[in-house]
Amino acid sequence: MIKRSFIGLLKPRLEYGSLADTPSLKQIPTPKEITLLSNCPFDKKNLLFKKKETVKTGQKLLLYKESDEYFVSSVTGQVSSISSYTGDFGRSYTAITIVVADDEEIDDEFKDISKDSSLETIKNFLAFAPGNPPVKLFSDKDKPINTIVVCCNNSDLLIATNQYIVKSDIDAIKNGISILKAATNVKDIIMVASQNQMHELSAIGEKVKQVNDTYPSALPHLIMKNILGMVVPAGKNPEDIGVCFISAEAVASIGNAFNSGQLPVTKTFTLVNKDGSKTLVSARIGTPASDIFTALNITLNENDRIIFGGPMTGSSVYSEDHPVQPDTDAILVQDKGDIPVISDYPCTNCGDCIRVCPANIQVGMLVRLLEGGHYEEAADQYDLYSCIECGLCSYVCVSGMPIFQYIRSAKYELGRANTAEATNG
Amino acid sequence: MVDNNKFIVSHAPFWHDGSRISTRNYNMALAALPAILLGIIYYGMSAVGVVSLSISSAIIWEFIFCRITKHSVTVGDGNAAIIGMIFGMLLPATAPWWLVIIGTFVAIIIGKQIYGGIGAYPFNPVVVAMAILMISWKDIFDFNEALINYDLDFAMVYPLAAMKHFGVSAVDSFSMGDLLMGKQSGGIGSTFGLGLIAGGSYLIIRGIIRWEIALSFLVGVFITALIFNMTDPASYAGPAVHLFAGYTLIGAFFLATEDSSSPVNFIPMLIYGAGTGFLTVLIRNIGVYVDGVIFAILIMNLVNPLLDKIRPKAIGKVA
Repeated sequence: MIKRSFIGLLKPRLEYGSLADTPSLKQIPTPKEITLLSNCPFDKKNLLFKKKETVKTGQKLLLYKESDEYFVSSVTGQVSSISSYTGDFGRSYTAITIVVADDEEIDDEFKDISKDSSLETIKNFLAFAPGNPPVKLFSDKDKPINTIVVCCNNSDLLIATNQYIVKSDIDAIKNGISILKAATNVKDIIMVASQNQMHELSAIGEKVKQVNDTYPSALPHLIMKNILGMVVPAGKNPEDIGVCFISAEAVASIGNAFNSGQLPVTKTFTLVNKDGSKTLVSARIGTPASDIFTALNITLNENDRIIFGGPMTGSSVYSEDHPVQPDTDAILVQDKGDIPVISDYPCTNCGDCIRVCPANIQVGMLVRLLEGGHYEEAADQYDLYSCIECGLCSYVCVSGMPIFQYIRSAKYELGRANTAEATNG
Repeated sequence: MVDNNKFIVSHAPFWHDGSRISTRNYNMALAALPAILLGIIYYGMSAVGVVSLSISSAIIWEFIFCRITKHSVTVGDGNAAIIGMIFGMLLPATAPWWLVIIGTFVAIIIGKQIYGGIGAYPFNPVVVAMAILMISWKDIFDFNEALINYDLDFAMVYPLAAMKHFGVSAVDSFSMGDLLMGKQSGGIGSTFGLGLIAGGSYLIIRGIIRWEIALSFLVGVFITALIFNMTDPASYAGPAVHLFAGYTLIGAFFLATEDSSSPVNFIPMLIYGAGTGFLTVLIRNIGVYVDGVIFAILIMNLVNPLLDKIRPKAIGKVA
């Protein structure tokens, strides 16, 4: 954890680390059981498959009737349970648990189709690929995409996943980009990378832009503003103005899939231990975190914290068995002694949050409104929707207020209220 | 696998820079120490008595209030202590015990707690207390009279009072070095200019007070005093006296910069600081009060919320 410097006059300097050499990749053996989370609510009546159904590695399974949601099994085995899972902010998922069989069989449905690298194929087979390619955005008729931004480093701190992919699998990225270009007809591909990646990436032959090495420069909204020179209107996403962000790993997944004729099923991610040491790990999608900890000899104690994602924007989980997902770029383990205290102290108006905010939000006033539950006022007068969710306000808060959480829950509550209004007329 | 461990689940971010309210306040106390020490050297045990009573009574008032209102006791954050400490610095060494206790009562209960405690008060509690006491017991704050029994190795004259009553020539004897070294009559911790500047600079470097406010306050005092001085040098003293006498320096570094009652945006901070400096000299030169710092800060505290409406545009904002 980076502490405030003695000279507090300066802004905190949180630097993205860089990978000097290509580190060795720790392969986690296939676990006995995996859990896959599909991004749609559990609906028992319309399920298209049952328990005990056998699945092969790389097999695509449609989940529900009249829906094109699917998942890709990362192992060969038998479905042992299908249930509902609720994540942060009440997001519901369908959790599919598969007991792994002894012998692995590779599914060959994709092999024939992979000769045709069209947008349709990408959409129908690669939504569940490592790196989570945003396949739906490419085919959204209402929001045409005219620029694709390939992120070659991760937006949060400590994570070296995309950097590792760039170092180890640059050919797959190159291949993936040409497939994407042909399939989406988007001519404008921009790669954003840190300074030390510029040399490697110049080999690909696409436009490469350098991103600043301090957090939060690599967050999409700031890349849009500082590198592309386009400001995303408050409350909108980059895709609303025609820009699609995709991670280097997702591009490599696409490249590898069409190259080998097999759907990729292993996820690469950065594991950060309690002492801050990083290990790059490769595991089947769906591997429970506990298997990874066992393989790496990490012991967890009562009241420690497991975080999926980075230290600023990730989310903590309550179970050691939480599975690795296609978008899990990092797992952080925090010792209970390192967990900062959240307090119920009020804002003292010191202004640190306002000076650190990259979006120029009056965080001090905003948080006063949010504490009182005046969400609409906060959105109208104090720029709630301009927040780009970097978490720096909570990081610097002298009172230890959970400002970032106030902002996220306010957005969530307002979103819910708006949906309710729309459905009730 | 049996999962026996319970983990801490909370929300992002999972890092914190480690800053705390208590650290800020204790650093502020540290920064105030040099100025107080010189006061103690000059005025002896009575200065120790006033400052100690001020700090302890402030803490006790805070404790009593928290108990009565059944809030968790917030004495540990050091805010009450720092209010007591700065209040003590403003008092003359001869201040009677009851005045100190009434003062900290006004500061903690009326100035701070009834508005909702730390972070919620619109006026700097110390300044509120000083304003009320200065109006109620004028004679005690007449430093010339209050400190009449002290015989130190410098002229026991309160420069601002001398200037007001006897004209500019009365302060001619003060050299800038004397003023900076605290060789003037005044509050226990408010005369040692060099100590206050050192303490203030420390707080600025540590990022505990906002340099914009302190600096613009001093610039405001300087420019306003200079304008007065240039129009009529016979009636109005030059900027040096205004900068280093009375409560100017303690006001610039310890009073005007108080978090809750001052603005946080860049331009508002400059207006707030410069406005306070301007009003200070205005009150000193053409008002009835000898020192204007207290009332100037009070007035600018009032305008603070309005000033803070001048703010940069958030990114992506359409309207």
